[in-house]
Amino acid sequence: MELVNQAEGGNLMYGYNGKYLRINLKTKEVKVETLDLDIAKKFIGGRGLGTKFMMDEVSPKIDALSPENKLMVVTGPLTGTATPTGGRYMVVTKSPLTGTIASSNSGGFFGAELKFAGYDMVIFEEKSDEPVYISIQDDKVELKSAKHLWGKLVGEVTDELQSEYGAKSKVLTIGPAGEKLSKLAAIMNCKDRAAGRSGVGAVMGSKNLKAIVVKGSNKVGIKDPEALKVLFKDHVGKIRANGVTGEGLPTYGTAVLVNIINENGVYPFKNFQSAYDQNADDISGESMKEKYLVKNTACYRCPIACGRWCKVDGEEMAGPEYETLWAFGSDCGINDLKEVILANHWCNELGLDTISAGTTLAAAMELRELDLVKADEIDGEPLEFGNAKSIVEWTKKMAYREGFGDKLAEGSYRLTEMYGRPDLSMSVKKQELPAYDPRGIQGQGLQYATSNRGGCHVRGYLISPEILGLPEKLDKFALEGKAFWAKAFQDLTASIDSLGLCLFTSFALGADEYAEMVNAVCGTDHTGDSIFEAGERIWNIEKMFNLESGVAPSEDKLPKRLLEEEIPDGPSKGWVHKLDELLPEYYSLRGWTVGGIPTDERLDKLGLK
Amino acid sequence: MKIEVRLFATFRNGRGKKVFIEMDDPTPIKLLEEIGIQRDDVAILLINGRDGLFDQTLQEEDYLSVFPPVGGG
Repeated sequence: MELVNQAEGGNLMYGYNGKYLRINLKTKEVKVETLDLDIAKKFIGGRGLGTKFMMDEVSPKIDALSPENKLMVVTGPLTGTATPTGGRYMVVTKSPLTGTIASSNSGGFFGAELKFAGYDMVIFEEKSDEPVYISIQDDKVELKSAKHLWGKLVGEVTDELQSEYGAKSKVLTIGPAGEKLSKLAAIMNCKDRAAGRSGVGAVMGSKNLKAIVVKGSNKVGIKDPEALKVLFKDHVGKIRANGVTGEGLPTYGTAVLVNIINENGVYPFKNFQSAYDQNADDISGESMKEKYLVKNTACYRCPIACGRWCKVDGEEMAGPEYETLWAFGSDCGINDLKEVILANHWCNELGLDTISAGTTLAAAMELRELDLVKADEIDGEPLEFGNAKSIVEWTKKMAYREGFGDKLAEGSYRLTEMYGRPDLSMSVKKQELPAYDPRGIQGQGLQYATSNRGGCHVRGYLISPEILGLPEKLDKFALEGKAFWAKAFQDLTASIDSLGLCLFTSFALGADEYAEMVNAVCGTDHTGDSIFEAGERIWNIEKMFNLESGVAPSEDKLPKRLLEEEIPDGPSKGWVHKLDELLPEYYSLRGWTVGGIPTDERLDKLGLK
Repeated sequence: MKIEVRLFATFRNGRGKKVFIEMDDPTPIKLLEEIGIQRDDVAILLINGRDGLFDQTLQEEDYLSVFPPVGGG
């Protein structure tokens, strides 16, 4: 007989476990609380549900690294189910990097295991007076001393906890960067999967919480298992038949984008000084496959398997994603693939966001190029564009806050501000931009500017229509229609993030398929339209959190360089981003004021008043 | 005229990173036929880094970049 989860009172639950953990790190009290299913269904799970709890329980004005902040590890209703890629979870908190809501998504196997242990989420409150970790073994939940783990690397912590709790247990942990409160610190799980962005690792470090180890023995309740089986076969078929998810990503990983984005002339080079790198092919997915790739890796129930596993000088390690290749590579003027793979490895071990870490080094290199940072401040390998030997050394110093690394640990905005040039930080809302130059991709630029967590590509991946031609090809330089596409991608993405699925499924699947999945699992009556509407609700509650935290609508902007300096060379030569021409239509489509504030009318319509 | 064709991902298998093709009035469709790539297998076609058309005539010093369906980051 299949063991399924039941909420208090014995009601059979579908998709959700119906309960979650609330752990007070100061009092050491662990409570199991009942999830209000009406709220869960309204905000779906993951990113949406976590933000709803943050709004209800935490003042957005608090200092993100104070005990008043809460750290929420939240699964979705499809996490741990037989849906393709259904294993993802979200870390939701207030970001110390941006001051906005932070919600960082991760794959691997941790999220599904948390569901199997019987919990939809874990809320951490207050701060422990000494380092602790949490062990969750179904109903047995314990706080344990982490004194022996403090200071250790992600791989060491994972190995030690798995040797104690069994090889099948799943470990989430911070590295030294989180302990040192770096605003670029990630939360890692399964060694090399990251809830990477917005400094969520620093929030965990500020609470003296080193790790969570979880092992569960339950299954997630499914409303209609037979229907789900049919859907699974159909959806996996669509994913395998799609060129991107069926062949491109499995063969080359996300790294295949290096050449695509560079050939389009929208590949930021040397801290966005240019948008074309003539040596980009040296660090491309094709080069990685030829020289270093050992095999693919996959997250829970993933038919895509985009993960890379590489071998460098006899040692095997996780390989870099596209964004990482670019951040430590071309954005730093570097084309040494081996050093970039090693920098990625050290980010995983130290618990750093590879995008923000690499691009902060690029900003430092530009400060050096302009001689704003003097040579004698750099107490180590020279931080100069093209110096491949510098990136691993400075990644380590950034994590441990050694010497000049203490300034790097604050991220590119605060670093460049210290030298009077915050305009040299290629960031939005103080979070570093990823690997697409918006001057040549107008819709993506609008998405960057309006993103609720600052510079980010996965809040709305307009690269899909503007470069890849999915679901249809748009002219990347055109402005017409881009506000509509930005809103649509942002809303759909918010729902996918909340369901517990990987965004990559959206290359092959659409809102109707997501509705089918969640209906089969939960017994809901979602349609494609209601999936979009739920996403819009989540987008608006995130915006409300940000406004209340003091992040003004005027922060919906791009770095001055991207608005005023024309791309100097390459296929997109001469372009700047035309944000002013796009924002009014975007706000209008959102039903917000001309100043970018959600109206009571729209909030009421979305059930947020 | 001689046209540079840049190849990426699986299109490189057995062909290398780039080929140069001598042809009068070159179009992407004719160039691709020359190197045995089917039109339906091409997901992204760029001429000088800009979105191109299969029947567009290339000029002296133009270059063609072609990708199979790939991507996602």
